[in-house]
Amino acid sequence: MDLRFTPEEIAFRDEVRQFFRTEVPAEIRKKVSEGRGMTREDYITSQRVLNAKGWAVPHWPREWGGQDWTPIQRYIFTEEMLLAAVPLPLQFNCYMVGPVIAAFGNQAQKEKHLAKIANLDEWWCQGFSEPGAGSDLASLKTKAVREGDHYIVNGQKTWTTLGQYADWIFCLVRTDPAAKKQAGISFILIDMKTPGITVRPIITLEGRHEVNEVFFDNVKVPVENLVGEENKGWDYAKFLLANERTGIARIGLSKERLARIKRLAKEMPAGEGTLWDDRDFRERVAEVEIELKALEITQMRVVAAQGKRDPNKPDPASSILKIKGSQLQQATTELLLEVAGPFALAAPVRSGDLTNDWPFDYDWADAAAASYFNNRKVSIYGGSNEIQKNIIAKAVLGL
Amino acid sequence: MDFDLSSEQTQLKDGVERLVAATYGSLEQRKAQGTGPLGFSEKSWAQFAEMGLLGIPFTEEEGGFGGGPVETLVVMEALGRGLALEPYLATVVLGGGAVRLGGSDELKQRIIPGIVEGSSRLALAFTEKQSRYDLNDVATTTRKAGDGFVLEGAKSVVINGDSAQHLVVSARTSGNRRDREGISLFLVAADAPGVKIHGYATQDGGRAAEIALSGVQVGAAELIGPLDRGLPILERVCEFAIAALAAEAVGIMEALHGLTVEYLKTRQQFGAPIGNFQVLQHRAVDMLIALEQARSMAAYAAMMVEHDDAAERGAALSAVKVQINRSCRIVGQEAVQLHGGIGMTMEYLGAHYFKRLTMIESLFGDTAHHLRRVDVAGGLAAGGLAA
Repeated sequence: MDLRFTPEEIAFRDEVRQFFRTEVPAEIRKKVSEGRGMTREDYITSQRVLNAKGWAVPHWPREWGGQDWTPIQRYIFTEEMLLAAVPLPLQFNCYMVGPVIAAFGNQAQKEKHLAKIANLDEWWCQGFSEPGAGSDLASLKTKAVREGDHYIVNGQKTWTTLGQYADWIFCLVRTDPAAKKQAGISFILIDMKTPGITVRPIITLEGRHEVNEVFFDNVKVPVENLVGEENKGWDYAKFLLANERTGIARIGLSKERLARIKRLAKEMPAGEGTLWDDRDFRERVAEVEIELKALEITQMRVVAAQGKRDPNKPDPASSILKIKGSQLQQATTELLLEVAGPFALAAPVRSGDLTNDWPFDYDWADAAAASYFNNRKVSIYGGSNEIQKNIIAKAVLGL
Repeated sequence: MDFDLSSEQTQLKDGVERLVAATYGSLEQRKAQGTGPLGFSEKSWAQFAEMGLLGIPFTEEEGGFGGGPVETLVVMEALGRGLALEPYLATVVLGGGAVRLGGSDELKQRIIPGIVEGSSRLALAFTEKQSRYDLNDVATTTRKAGDGFVLEGAKSVVINGDSAQHLVVSARTSGNRRDREGISLFLVAADAPGVKIHGYATQDGGRAAEIALSGVQVGAAELIGPLDRGLPILERVCEFAIAALAAEAVGIMEALHGLTVEYLKTRQQFGAPIGNFQVLQHRAVDMLIALEQARSMAAYAAMMVEHDDAAERGAALSAVKVQINRSCRIVGQEAVQLHGGIGMTMEYLGAHYFKRLTMIESLFGDTAHHLRRVDVAGGLAAGGLAA
C-alpha cells in the first residue's frame, strides 16, 4: 500500500501542469474558474491547443490519436486540467461519440470522423434524452424507419447541450417498435444541416443558453450513418455512459473552486475584518475540504484498481464517485454564494456568456449565483443521483 | 500508487481474521470473552502474542516485528469486525506507543519484551476531568523528590486502565495547566503505593478506569521522553491511535453494513423482502458511501501517520477523524433504523456495533474538536500526500 506517485509520475504531472498553465489562454481559464460560459471559439481554441500536443484524446486507441498512458497518468492528466481551470475537451466529441466510433464504428466512419472529432473540426452533440425519456432513457420514442438506403427520422430530443454549435448529433433512435424497450434501439449519426432539423434554445435558470431542444421532421439519414448493428444501440450507449462516468467526480474542479473561495473570502470585508476571519465559515469550508480529500482517495483507489479488478464485479468505490462528487461540486457553489453575500443579487448583464459591466468592486460575484444555479444540474445529468443509488443497490448490494 | 496488501500483509490479515472469527464468531462468544474480571480473555491475549500481533509496531531490535501502520490497519480492521475486547489499542498502540516513541533504551528493553510476549499490559492515562480532548490540559502535578518525582492528581476514562500492569501518565513538571511546555510522561506501576484504580464497564462492552494518584513516587528512569517535553510524544501517540481507530471503525462499519443489507434481503413485510423498497435501498447506499469514504480515510491515515511534516500530518489525522466520526454516525444510526425494533435490542449484534461506533466518535477528539484543528492548521495542505 503506497499512495505516493513515482518520480516518473511526478515528472509527468509537472509537465502537464506547466503546459496547461502556459499554453492554454489565461482568459479562457479565468472564465472556467469563475463559472462563466465559454464562447464557441473558446472551446475550439482550447481543444486545438491540446490536440496540437496530442493531448485532446489521450484515452483513445493509439492509432486514432490516443496515448498509451497508464490509468494513473490519465488520472493525473485530468486532475491537472481541472486544477488549472482548463476546459475539458468537448465531452460529446472526445468522451462520447469518439470512443463509440473507435470501438464500434466501421472503418469508413472512423476515417471520416475521428480526426475531426479530436480537433473539434466537427462539433458533436448528444441526442439521447427526450421529453418523455429522462431517467427512463430506454422509453425513448424518436423513431427511424428504413426506406431504401435511408432512415427517416421523426421525433424530438431535449437537453441537447451546446447543440446550437453542433455540426453533428449522435442519436439513440427506435428502429424496431415491436421489440421490448432496450432491444429496438439504434445508434445513428446525423448531420445537423439535414433538412427537417430544428434547434430551439432552452434558457436554463441562470440565464445561459446551454441546452436545446432538437426536432426531427422526416429527416433523411443515410444508412451508412448507423453505428455498429441495427438494434444494438443500447449496448453502445451503455459503453458511452460508462465512459462518461470516468472522472465524473470532478475533484480537481472542486479543489480549484475551494482555493478560489478561500482567496475571495480573505478579500471580502465582514465585521471588523474579512469573511475568512469567521471561524464558522472556515469550518464549513474545512468540512467540504475533508470530504473532498476522502473522495480523492476513493478515486485513487478506483484508478489503482483499474485493470486489476474482475470487470464483471462492480467496484463499490467507483459507484459512489458520481454521487459524492456531484454533491461536493454543489457544496462548493453554495460556499461561493455565501462569499458573494448580498452582491450575489446582481444578475449578469449579458446572459449569453454571463459577463457584466456593473460598477461594483466584486466583478466575480454576479457569476456566483449563476454558478450555484447551474450546478444544480450535476446531480441530475449523467443518470440522476437517485438512479445511481438504484444501480448501486442492485449491482453492488444485490437488493 | 497502489492500495494492495503485500503477501505478508495478506497472510497477517487471513491469520487475524481466522482468530477473530473463531473467538468472536457470535454475540454469545463475545459475552463469554468478556465475563472475567479483566473484561477480556487472557487466553485470546496469549493467542495474540503467539501470532505476533502484540509485537507489530516495535522494531526487531526492540523485540518486535517491525511492522508499520498498514499492519496495524489490517489488525485493527479485523478486531473491529469481531468487536474484540482485548486491550490491543491500550497496550500496543497507546502505552506501547509512548514507550516506543519516547522511552530510553533501558526503558524499552525493560518494557517492550513483556508487551510482545503478552505478559505485560499498558494503559495511557492522559484524560482529566477538565481536559476534554486537549492533550496539553494537564492538572496532575509533580514535585521533585531526590532523583525522581512524586505525582499528585487524577486521570479519567483510562481505557483498560484496570487491567494494565503499567500506566503511562502525563503530568505537569512545570508551567501552568494549559501550557504546551512543561508536560512530562511517566511510566507508573499500577500497583505502586498511592495509585488507586477504580475500574468500570464502558458502553461498548469494554473497560475503563478512574485513577487517583496521591504521593506516587517514580524514579528518573521512568521518565518517557525529555523532561517538560512530553506533549509531542503524546500527540504522536494519539495520531497513531486515530489511525488505528479509523481502521477499527472501518472493520465495524463493513460488518454492520453487511449485516444490514442481509437483513433487508431476508426481513419480510407487506409480503416482500423490505429491501425491495426503494427508500430503504437508498439508505443502504448512503451507508455504503459513508463506509467507502471512511475506508479511503483509513488508508490515508496509514499513509500520513508517518509523514515527516508535523503540521500536515496533524491536519491530515484530524481530517481523518472528522470523516470517520461522520461515517460512524451515518452507518450506525442508519443500521439501527433499517433494522427496526430488533436493532434496538441488547441481543442483536448490530446494536453492539452501533454502540462501539458511537464510542469511537468520542475517543481522541470528537468531530467539532478535529474540525477546529483542521481549521487552525489552515486547512488540508495541497501537498503532503501524492504531492
